[in-house]
Parts: sequence; C-alpha cells; structure tokens
Amino acid sequence: MEGVDLLSKRFGRIAVGTVAGAMLMAAAACGGGGNTSAGNSAAPSTGAASEPAKASGLKVGLAFDVGGRGDKSFNDAAYAGLEQAQKELGAEIKDLSPAGDGSNRGELLRQLAEAGYNPIIGVGFAYGEDIKKAAQEYPDIEFAVVDSASNAPNVTGLLFAEEQGSYLAGVAAALKSKAGHVGFVGGVENDLIKKFEAGFSAGVKATKPDTKVDVKYLTPDGDFSGFKAPDKGKIAAEKMYQDGADIVYQAAGDSGTGVFQAAAAAKKQAIGVDSDQRLTVKEADLQAVIMTSMIKRVDVGVFQFIKAFQGGAKGGKNDVYDLKVDGVGLSTTGGEIDDIKEQVDAAKKKIVDGEITVPSKP
Amino acid sequence: MMPAGLNRLLLTVGGAVVAIVLALAISSVAILAAGADPVAAFGAFFDFGSTSTSVVSGIATVINRAVPLFIAGLAVAVGFRMNLFNIGVEGQYRIAAICAAYVGATFTAPAPIQIAVIIVVAAAVGGLYALIPALMKVGRGVNEVIATIMLNYIAINLSAFLLRGPFQGPRPEGQLTVTTADIPESGWFPNFNFLFTMFGLPAPRGAGLWGFLGVAIVLGIVLWVVLERTRFGFDVKASGLNSIAALASGVRPKKMVISAMVLSGAIAGLIGLPEILGRTHNFGTSFTAGLGFLGIAVALLGRNKPVGIAVAALLFGFLDRAQGPLQFADVPPSVIMIMQGTIVLLVVIANEITSRMALRQEERRAARQLATTNRVEVTA
Repeated sequence: MEGVDLLSKRFGRIAVGTVAGAMLMAAAACGGGGNTSAGNSAAPSTGAASEPAKASGLKVGLAFDVGGRGDKSFNDAAYAGLEQAQKELGAEIKDLSPAGDGSNRGELLRQLAEAGYNPIIGVGFAYGEDIKKAAQEYPDIEFAVVDSASNAPNVTGLLFAEEQGSYLAGVAAALKSKAGHVGFVGGVENDLIKKFEAGFSAGVKATKPDTKVDVKYLTPDGDFSGFKAPDKGKIAAEKMYQDGADIVYQAAGDSGTGVFQAAAAAKKQAIGVDSDQRLTVKEADLQAVIMTSMIKRVDVGVFQFIKAFQGGAKGGKNDVYDLKVDGVGLSTTGGEIDDIKEQVDAAKKKIVDGEITVPSKP
Repeated sequence: MMPAGLNRLLLTVGGAVVAIVLALAISSVAILAAGADPVAAFGAFFDFGSTSTSVVSGIATVINRAVPLFIAGLAVAVGFRMNLFNIGVEGQYRIAAICAAYVGATFTAPAPIQIAVIIVVAAAVGGLYALIPALMKVGRGVNEVIATIMLNYIAINLSAFLLRGPFQGPRPEGQLTVTTADIPESGWFPNFNFLFTMFGLPAPRGAGLWGFLGVAIVLGIVLWVVLERTRFGFDVKASGLNSIAALASGVRPKKMVISAMVLSGAIAGLIGLPEILGRTHNFGTSFTAGLGFLGIAVALLGRNKPVGIAVAALLFGFLDRAQGPLQFADVPPSVIMIMQGTIVLLVVIANEITSRMALRQEERRAARQLATTNRVEVTA
C-alpha cells in the first residue's frame, strides 16, 4: 500500500502537469491553427480537381498569413486571383500557410523560391519585412506583397484605395440612414484601417453634413487581436445601435461577424468589407443585415500582378487599385442600394474624374 | 543479471520508441481521414530539397527552431524538478525579450560586451518577473499555477503596450508592422555557418545557423552540472520528491521555491534571444509567441533532463520544419500538431508505465535479496 501511495504522490503531479500541458497546447492550437486547418483541408481537393497547367512555364507561389486561408474575405479573394491565373494564364500554382505562431513566414517564401516559383506573393502586411529579406536573397525572383509598400527593387506593393471605396460606402450609408446617425467599427487603429474610416466619414459628410458618425477601434496600433475578436466587435456595434445609429460600417476582419450579430439583434443594418459579405457570410439572418459591402478586389490585384509579370513587368513600385480600375467598389447583392444607385455612381464618377479627392487620413 | 541502471535506461528508451511508433500510427489515421496519403506525408518530413544548399538550410531551420524550444524546455524543467509548475514561462520570455531588445538598441559597445549586456538584461527581467509568483507563493501560499497564468496575460499585454508605446522604433512609410528600434550590428550574434562551411558544404540561406546555439549548449551543460552534481541541485530534487523529508534534512523550502522560480524565469528570459540576436535584431509584432507553452511539452517529453529536452526540442524542430514540404505534398500541415500532441501524450504514458515496471522489478529484486539474507541468518 505504501508503495502505491508513494507512486500516486510522485506521479499525481506529473499527470496534472501533463493535462495542463495538453490543455495549453490545445489552447495555443486554437490561436490560429483552427482557421489554418479549415483552410488547408480544402487545399488538397482544389489541387486534385484543378486541370493540369497548360505548360506555360509560369509557376506562381502564394503565402498566406496565420489563419489566412478560409476567411471568406480578404485571403480567399487573394486565392481567387491565384486560381484565375491558373485557369487563364495556365500557371502552375501553390499556396502555403505558415505555422500557427507565424515563425516561418520567411521560410515559406524561401521554400517557394527554392522550388522554382516565380513570382511569389505574400498576402497581408505581416509579410512586409520577410518579403524584403527574401527579395534580397533572391534578386532574380519577383515578389509582391498585398497591403504593404514595395521595399526592394524586385518587390511590387499591391495597394488598394480603400478610402475611395469607403467613400462610396459613406455616401450609401448617409442616404440610407433614417436616423441621420451611422457608425464605423475598425479592427485595429493602424494607418490601413484609418483609410477606411477617413473615406467613410468623408463620404457621409459630403452627402449629408449633419449626419453623426460614431467611430470605434477595437484595439490600438500594433495589437492585431482586434481583427479576430467578434465579441469586441459585437459590443462596439451594440453601443452604436443603442446610441441611435442605424447603419454601421465595419473594417474589422473576423470581428466583423460580431458587428453583423449586433445589427441582427438590433434589427438595424451593417456594411460589410473586402468581399461581398452578403454572399460569403453563411448565416441567413446575418446576410439580411448586410446592406452592401465595400469590396476590395484583392483577386484583381493578384491576377493583374501575375499577368503583368508574364508581360515582363518588374517590381520596385506600388500598384494602386482604385475606383478607376474597379479595384474597390460597392456590392449590390440583395438589391438594397439599387434605389440610390444614381447618387453612388455620381460620386464614383466625381472621384474617378478627380473632382473629389478622398482623404486617406481621418 | 543486468545492472538496475542499464535495465531502466533500456526500458525508458524502449518505451519512447513504442510511443513514437504508436504516435505515427495514430497520425497516419488522421492523415487518411483528412484525405491525404500518409506515405507522402512521412516522405515530406524527410524531403529537405534537392540541392545541398536547401538541405543545409533545412538542417539550420530545424536547429534554429530547436534552440529556443530547448531553452524553454530547460526553463520549465527547473520548476518541474521541484514540483513547481512555472506556466509563466510564456510571459517571462516575452517581457524579457522586448526589454532586452529595447536596451540592446539604445547603446553601442564592442560586440562581446553588447551581447553580454543584452543576455544579462533578458535573464534579469525574466528572473525578476518570475520572482513575483515565487514571493506570492512563499508569502501568501498563492498557487504558482494560477499566479503565473495570470501574470502571463499581464506580461503579454504589457509587452504589446511597450511595443507600440515607449519602446516603438522608427518605421518606414507604408509598413504596418511595429518593431522596436534595430539593435546595432555589434549586438548581432555571429552565425555558426562555419559548422557547415568547414566541411565544404554551402552556407544555409537566410540568417544562417543562429549562433545562440552555442549559448544554449553551454546553458544545458551548466544546468546539468548544477542539477545533478551540486548541493543546490540535490536540494531541488529532494524538495521535489518529498518536501517534508527535505525540510527535515535541513532544506529551507521558501528559499528553494524562490531560487528555483527565479532560475526558471532567468532561463525563460533567454528564449527570445536566438531569434532577436540571430535574425530579426528587434522585437516586433511578428515575434514568435507561444514558445513558453511549447516548452512545457518539450520538458515533459524530455523527462526534465537536459539531454532528453535537447532530443525533444530537435524532434519538435524536425516536425515543425515540414510545414512547407507537407503543403507541397498536398498534406494538411496540421498533421504536425497532431503528431506532436500524440507523441507527448504517449511518451508521458510510456514513461509512467516503464517507471512502474522498473520500480516493481527493483522491489522484487530487493525482496529476493532480503529473502536470501534472512535464510543465512536462520542457518547461522
């Protein structure tokens, strides 16, 4: 009996430690692994179903950021552009996702380069630094990075005029708001998301100057958890709806789901971002609240970059996708903004013609 | 008859091998369930590329990943040795890393001095941060598991605040990631690429083989000596095995808790340095997080012994490297996490079973010896 007691004492705590360790590992896995696995499980099937490349010799590599693939928005749009290159340009394509802790972004770029992929695209501003280093190591390969500026002669920055698309969203919100009160929820208070806010506010004020705009950012600059916190998005939007806003525009990544939930609960409306979210969001009750979405055509940016590469284009510059090339715009799924189409198109024309310059800083 | 030590070693190694084979079998099922080919998956783990540069780079990647995991495993193991669960390694290394990166960027000194100062700052900050739960435990009896988990949240958010507040460095136009200012070149740890080039191999790509490997090896040896060959190490072990017996034999438990926690935290403080000194030269938003939690798994797998932890860290590094090749082979890379999880669980179970078996054999042998001695007494 004493032996057993001794054993249980000795091993009891080890067992506790094991359980604790396992739980923590699981918790760590949820941090990004959840999304990653969801995205990746789809990868083999797409690879298998795809038709063989038409031997154009074009091999395009694309690297997502942590939890990227499968977000039904920004990252999936990038993949759509890659698939288009496969179909239309006969490119051989490969997409990679990093480890849950993002420790191997640079490694993935190098592995793509080693495997002969050229050009290589990094999706998301987190790739800014790693692309620069990889580009210096492989000066003969062309790189592109979405949402970050070019920082080497063989890097193309794929930038979007989010402020112009957001301006149109602001016009639509001002026209559709019965309360004369709208809101903006930003995921992280950095320069990128501030462009959305600046354009939106400008669009609202230009249309109906006395409309009130509430602004809330979920996390400060440098803390990217604001893109993955639907609970925070929900609380922020709930407050705006309670204060009297009837339309809230969100630029908050995954946190946007929380904004839609708050809109559905308050029986008010919301504006989606990046993709046509009325199509990409699964829940029917959430779809119904999405009046329109500010579409950012990352797919167009990725495809155009690949096409230009095939034509011999070199990096060292930024490609800006704006209203003129339909790099940004509003979605019309659901027909909720059909009645104000004229005013929106008029605003768009003014921006394209240079009559209106949309500010990119609030 | 085999000596008891060898017998035990064979049992341990045998148990680990069985556990890994079982883990491979379970992972194969998971890979099949995901619709991929297990053979292709296992091939990907050994696919280091076709050129010698890519093979060397792959090896460097494995070691570069293993070094921080090894240090994290050591930090956790120091606590485990005396039944102290320092779950706070995660917070300790993040706060230490940003402080060390910041201090390292504020001055320029000859390389050995600059690097030494950065290492000392990291160890000091990690140790001091671990002192908080230690004092709470000895002073108020607060369970260190709860205290360290809560302190993790504080450390993580504090370092995020410092990064975008007082410690934020310059950032180029159009870049959205935030970093501290770069450490001057005198604070960059020289790489160990000569380990490859001296054999006529090409140097690995990227930042090469991080030189912090040397510090990690020295640390592992020193820690082995301290834990196995000194009075302090014996006291740690004794407190862990039986704190009451340790107290009775003159070990002061409060002093032990404080020194073990601070030592654990000081080692934890070094976890981020291989990356900062070897590759990024700053602390930024893309700094590798989660190594403190992985360290718990590595320490468990390595049975809290430096050599075992080194093997475990290399195994994790080896598995993690396959992130890219697995995706090239159209296998979901989450396989890596499934394998790591099953290996840790099964090895811990195997450890327990083999320990019990060894103990039972020992008891039987002792009983047999006792029986023979008794008979001798009777006949006399």
